[in-house]
Amino acid sequence: MAAPDTTGLRRPRRLSGSLGLLAKIALLAVVDAIAVFAIMLLAAQGSWIVVAVVALVTVVVNAVYLVPGRFLPAKYLTPGLVLLGIFQVFVVLFSCYIAFTNYGFGHNSTKDDAISQLIQQSTSRVEDSPAYRVTVVENLSGLGLLVTDPDGDVSVGSAEQPLQRLDEGQVETEAGVAVAADGWTTLTTGQIVQRQSDIASLQVPFSDDLDDGFLVTADARNAYVFVSNLSYDEATDTLTDTDTGVVYVDGGEGAFVSPDGEELRPGWQVLVGFENFAYPFQSQAFGQALIGVTIWTFAFAAISVGLSFLLGLALAVTLNDPRLRGRNVYRVLAILPYAFPSFLSALVWLGLLNTEFGFVNQVLLGGAAVPWLSDPIIAKISVILVNVWLGFPYMFLVCTGALQSIPEEVTEAATVDGARGWAIFRLIKLPLLLVSIAPLLISSFAFNFNNFNIIYMLTRGGPRIGGIDENVGHTDLLITLVYKVAFAGQGADYGLASALAIIIFVIVAVISAISFRQTKALEDLN
Amino acid sequence: MRTGTTGSRRLLQLAAIAATGMTLVACSGGGGDADAGGGEDGGTITVWMDQNRADALGDVIASFEEESGTTVEVVIKEFGDIAGDFVTQAPGGEGPDVVIAPHDALGNLVSNGVVAPIELGDASGDFQDVAIEAMSYDGSVYGVPVSIENLALVRNTALAPEAPATWDDLVATGQAAVASGSAQYPLLVGLDPNTADPYHLYPLQASYGGPLFALNDDGTYDGSDLQIGNEGNLQFAAQLQQWGADGILNLSISQDIAKEQFAAGASPYTITGPWSLAQFDEAGIEYAIDPIPSAGGQSATPLVGVQGFMLSSYSENPIVATQFITDYMASEEAQTAIYEAGDRAPALTAAFEAMPADSPTAAFGEIGADAVPMPNVPEMAAIWDQWGATEAQIIGGQGDPTQLWTSMAEAIQSTIDAG
Repeated sequence: MAAPDTTGLRRPRRLSGSLGLLAKIALLAVVDAIAVFAIMLLAAQGSWIVVAVVALVTVVVNAVYLVPGRFLPAKYLTPGLVLLGIFQVFVVLFSCYIAFTNYGFGHNSTKDDAISQLIQQSTSRVEDSPAYRVTVVENLSGLGLLVTDPDGDVSVGSAEQPLQRLDEGQVETEAGVAVAADGWTTLTTGQIVQRQSDIASLQVPFSDDLDDGFLVTADARNAYVFVSNLSYDEATDTLTDTDTGVVYVDGGEGAFVSPDGEELRPGWQVLVGFENFAYPFQSQAFGQALIGVTIWTFAFAAISVGLSFLLGLALAVTLNDPRLRGRNVYRVLAILPYAFPSFLSALVWLGLLNTEFGFVNQVLLGGAAVPWLSDPIIAKISVILVNVWLGFPYMFLVCTGALQSIPEEVTEAATVDGARGWAIFRLIKLPLLLVSIAPLLISSFAFNFNNFNIIYMLTRGGPRIGGIDENVGHTDLLITLVYKVAFAGQGADYGLASALAIIIFVIVAVISAISFRQTKALEDLN
Repeated sequence: MRTGTTGSRRLLQLAAIAATGMTLVACSGGGGDADAGGGEDGGTITVWMDQNRADALGDVIASFEEESGTTVEVVIKEFGDIAGDFVTQAPGGEGPDVVIAPHDALGNLVSNGVVAPIELGDASGDFQDVAIEAMSYDGSVYGVPVSIENLALVRNTALAPEAPATWDDLVATGQAAVASGSAQYPLLVGLDPNTADPYHLYPLQASYGGPLFALNDDGTYDGSDLQIGNEGNLQFAAQLQQWGADGILNLSISQDIAKEQFAAGASPYTITGPWSLAQFDEAGIEYAIDPIPSAGGQSATPLVGVQGFMLSSYSENPIVATQFITDYMASEEAQTAIYEAGDRAPALTAAFEAMPADSPTAAFGEIGADAVPMPNVPEMAAIWDQWGATEAQIIGGQGDPTQLWTSMAEAIQSTIDAG
């Protein structure tokens, strides 16, 4: 390419340049190797969409780093963008997808899985039928069972061919159990292990009459006679209960349903459109509880932020006064709650607020019996107080920082203009303070809006609101409600929880956007 | 810990596949022909269990690996997480072949289609009846039970030398101890201020003849016949409020406080399970295990919890996994090892009878043997919530017991109907 450079000046740069190139190639090689390996794995599993995405991303990454000049900004952004895609965008999109399904309790997998599990569950051993010793054998038609019944008689059969008696001359026995038969090859232990799924699903009809049941072995040594009282008809896509004659049809909502509305479990996952989003509006009691929880969530976040800000600010202003002695000691004390892990603090508070044995009632209130965490209203006050206790040191820290960054000259100039203490604070310092603090207040609000820990550690959302089936409590925030819907209790309903999570996201996003726009006005002060 | 485990598992898997890939490449390159038959390779099964049992079962698992040629990959998880994680991970093919889970999760596991029935054959007679009843759902047995746990009355022998013959005896002795200043509480039952504890209160409820569901002839629950609103239960509700007023039951006494105070000798009696004994032993108090005396006239049977090994319906190694469960986990050696490590009575009758008769675990076991298992219908989760919240309101004196209890029974009925 370029003519050989002879100036000593540029040599080191060329050297580091070629080292950099080597490092780049090595790193890209690693990335590509991982990508190729991932593609092979994914292709083996048949996940073609993911294969396409991985291939595309790999090509883009290579292009960004290998094509000279063109994509300089992208060189810095690509790693971050890829991680953003995997850990944020994908998760959000997947949650959105789940919100439109009925994924949850009883709707855990695919329809094929559900059918095979339903049939498996309906299969039961014929009462009082004997246990048979078996040996797994094979001939050209497939796997079979060589069966020794309790009387010592031996027969053999396969999935197509019902059990047939064998004469003694045709079999080889060991310790009373037939282990080999003419025309059949006995499987070795290794072969049994390799083909165990086939063996476990092998059903050998007991006789020509299907009602007599079939032999199944679960451990390749013992077999029992089973009957199944559910049969699946592929043509009509129905399950029939052979005992009662009830026909279950695919109801379109991810489960087989009988004519009188009885659902078979397990069902399977299906798309349900906006059903999850509409649920709060359909179930009136739940909808009302949800409105209550939403209002409380707003109140909790706003009051927590407001009170802890006021307390933190007051402390910051006080401890910022140079006339105060031992300021640093007070400052350290004020920051202490921030230094404890909040989980620990919440548990300590749980103990302090115990009605009979808690420090607050016993010592501070002289043996009063205030139900701090079990009365609907007092419990709300308690969680706010604890949250303010946890939150004010942060506000104190940021306010102190912001106060100290306001130049003394501003105060002096105001004094010269005739302003006194309170007026200086209200008209000069506070607005300047808010310029830097307001965004932090907004993020604090968003954090407390989703402050799962404190609620769950202190009250688990309780005390419970009476009169509705769902477990909703007086101190539940939206996020703890979502957790209960998704993970606690029987209802494990990931679809509904995802839908509620999306609603929360929209609320928080809208509030944050509006507030950040408002703070622009403050910045104009500068 | 959970993500760490699955993460490293995946890494292992990747590594294994990579190794296989390389072997294949090497083979095709050299034109050689390796025999895929692989002699005694018994494959690999993955078992999820808790640390305590994994430690106890080390020898049994080693002998299984040796005799079957199968590698057992034990994934350690918190016991309480296993059932939930199993439901979410099994359908993706990432789940285990075998799990240990509590029997009351069975309704949930079956309704989500993640467990497969296991036919124990005649071996089902080798287990305690209550354990097999617990592991049954809809007529099929799902797994091999290993341990049984239940509540009993633990008595501080220094404060109450004689086992109480009746509930009134217990209350009288307890109150006398408080009056004389030798104790602070007549009885300790750990409760939560908002959700009480229906499990710990159930023996008292049962003594009023108030079952939760009607029982089928075979001893399993008839989930369609809710009995919680019946006459006996209403009497129990009224009594609950009385006990709350008398200070026999106290919502401020949490599980932790109850254990701590009993260990400190502050009460002659507590209702608790074998899991508390370690703390009592450590505190060095002398105690005895008694049946809970009847408060309402009928026997005060606790609800029994059974833990057992279950087979995944998604297992790709059903034969080996079944052998592991039915031949090894059901063995006396395994059951005894788990009993010795965990202080829970073993479910296998032979191991149960081999327990030293004077051990506390055996005393708990004797009491549990006559009791009924906790219901395992999936609706139970919602029922516990409603049941406990109402008990807390009644004990706290927040309303008329009959009215509160009746509206709870209606709410539970509607939960069941909706499910």
